[in-house]
Amino acid sequence: MAGNSTYTPTNPVEKWLDDRLPLVRFSKEHLMDFPTPKNLNYWWTFGAILAMMLVVQIVTGIILAMHYTPNVDLAFNSVEHIRRDVNYGRIIQGSHAVGASMFFFAVYVHIFRGLYFGSYKAPREILWILGCLIFLLMMATAFMGYVLPWGQMSFWGATVITNIFSAIPLVGDSLMEFLRGGFAVDNATLNRFFSLHYLLPFVIAAVVALHIWALHVPGNNNPTGVEVSSSRDTLSFHPYYTMKDLFAIVVFFIPFAWFVFFAPDILGHPDNYIMANSQVTPTHIVPEWYLLPFYAMLRAIDFNVLFIDSKLGGVIVMFGSILILFVLPWLDTSKVRSGNFRPLFRPFYWIFVLNFLALLYLGAQPAEGIYTILAKLCTAYYFVYFIVILPVLARIETPRPLPKSISESVLGTAH
Amino acid sequence: MATQAKTTATRRDFLYVATGAVGVVGVAGVVWPLIDQMNPDASVLALSSIEFDVSSIEVGQSVTIKWRGLPVFVRHRTEAEIEEAKAVPLSELKDPATDAERTKEGHEEWLIMIANCTHLGCIPVGESGEYDGWFCPCHGSVYDTAGRIRKGPAPKNLVLPPYEFVSDTLVQIG
Repeated sequence: MAGNSTYTPTNPVEKWLDDRLPLVRFSKEHLMDFPTPKNLNYWWTFGAILAMMLVVQIVTGIILAMHYTPNVDLAFNSVEHIRRDVNYGRIIQGSHAVGASMFFFAVYVHIFRGLYFGSYKAPREILWILGCLIFLLMMATAFMGYVLPWGQMSFWGATVITNIFSAIPLVGDSLMEFLRGGFAVDNATLNRFFSLHYLLPFVIAAVVALHIWALHVPGNNNPTGVEVSSSRDTLSFHPYYTMKDLFAIVVFFIPFAWFVFFAPDILGHPDNYIMANSQVTPTHIVPEWYLLPFYAMLRAIDFNVLFIDSKLGGVIVMFGSILILFVLPWLDTSKVRSGNFRPLFRPFYWIFVLNFLALLYLGAQPAEGIYTILAKLCTAYYFVYFIVILPVLARIETPRPLPKSISESVLGTAH
Repeated sequence: MATQAKTTATRRDFLYVATGAVGVVGVAGVVWPLIDQMNPDASVLALSSIEFDVSSIEVGQSVTIKWRGLPVFVRHRTEAEIEEAKAVPLSELKDPATDAERTKEGHEEWLIMIANCTHLGCIPVGESGEYDGWFCPCHGSVYDTAGRIRKGPAPKNLVLPPYEFVSDTLVQIG
């Protein structure tokens, strides 16, 4: 879709630059004139919201690193120092912590939008896979960031998550000690997590650039799932979508601001305001809310399957739940992209959404009684949806007739 | 050159392969220190042996001490607990081990174990759970009075550190 710009340099300076490094041409083609389907709804604004959140996290994060000390004796107090002493530190630290939650909320909306409108289907498989990679990097970054305040949840979260790697046969224990830099989570662990937590956002930014590149080759999917067929189907990105995205960002920042100013700790856990203690485990360990569905799946496997013990089984299921997203374009072979035209797909999709929310709820509950049974059922549906339901639906479903073009779906059939 | 089928390797082919091989060895030599620096360092390894005096621990009392940064339970078991642990048939155990294998001969009353649950590393709560041993609040694993896994997602018994009784009251761990 490149080369859609009618850009011609108007003055000698631009002309000179265009022959050497066509920066202006590039921005014209990809930021201003990029042909964008004219029927994109507000679910499509979350891409821009996510880009904005990445900027917010990087800017606030760099500032926090100016005041933070990654040492087991000082880390906890340095975060308190930021919140109490540093000018506006309370707001900046709050924005970073709440920002992580808002970032994940937006990424979930973005992913579920893609799942509903079939945005992962050809020719957008690479675009989708890069998105999954970003999601994985985000989880790693958020986890390591949560360790930095060195509270009880930080310490025990780090202990539990690094312990996950010890489930790997043969090399597990050595790998765990390698990751921790010791036999237990300690200063070496905190230091490397700080280093990597600073590095990974820039890796994410690089993958985001690839993600947008992969988007700009086939162009946007849209609510009808019908490909763009003529310039009648599109609008230029600027000003139509820059303004729409900006409006959505403003609306998105209202609850963000509410959390920062009125309830900066409501999404956290009180145990993390107790300094890390390697001798006492909090009675109820929970990760941050955005990791709960995957945590629920990890815990759901409390039984051995053949030679795979319960611990390794849980780890396989948890990583599998994310890795399965990478192969989704080849599991759902239905030619119709948008769920709007797939009557059988839709109920299963919405059950999947509710199921995911149920897993989120179950991840926060103690692992006992009815909760463990429900967690097993929900984990089963999560995998059945991808492995059985989507491939079968693709074969048996009769989709509703698709509009001939995007402009027809917007304006009705021509007279 | 492409049109002519070659039957023997030339001197140049040999030089390519040899250069490549030396390059791989060189890169591996440079990369290894960059990776190995993440393994436990000398100061961490230096903490690997401690001595602990158990004489102040009463029957039925446990203390948690620190060894290599890990918490270690030292429990002075009661007669009832020892009997209970000995009475369990091995067939009932997920990770079979006799009570004698879990303790040192002549010191059966002392149970010394790394205090991290073998599931994901939380510290189990003592004197609780349905087997009168330990219960891990994180994911619900239950251990008996010999620290053997009985129920829940943990795959193994609580790990025994290498230790020996230097005297009747002094234990060397590590």
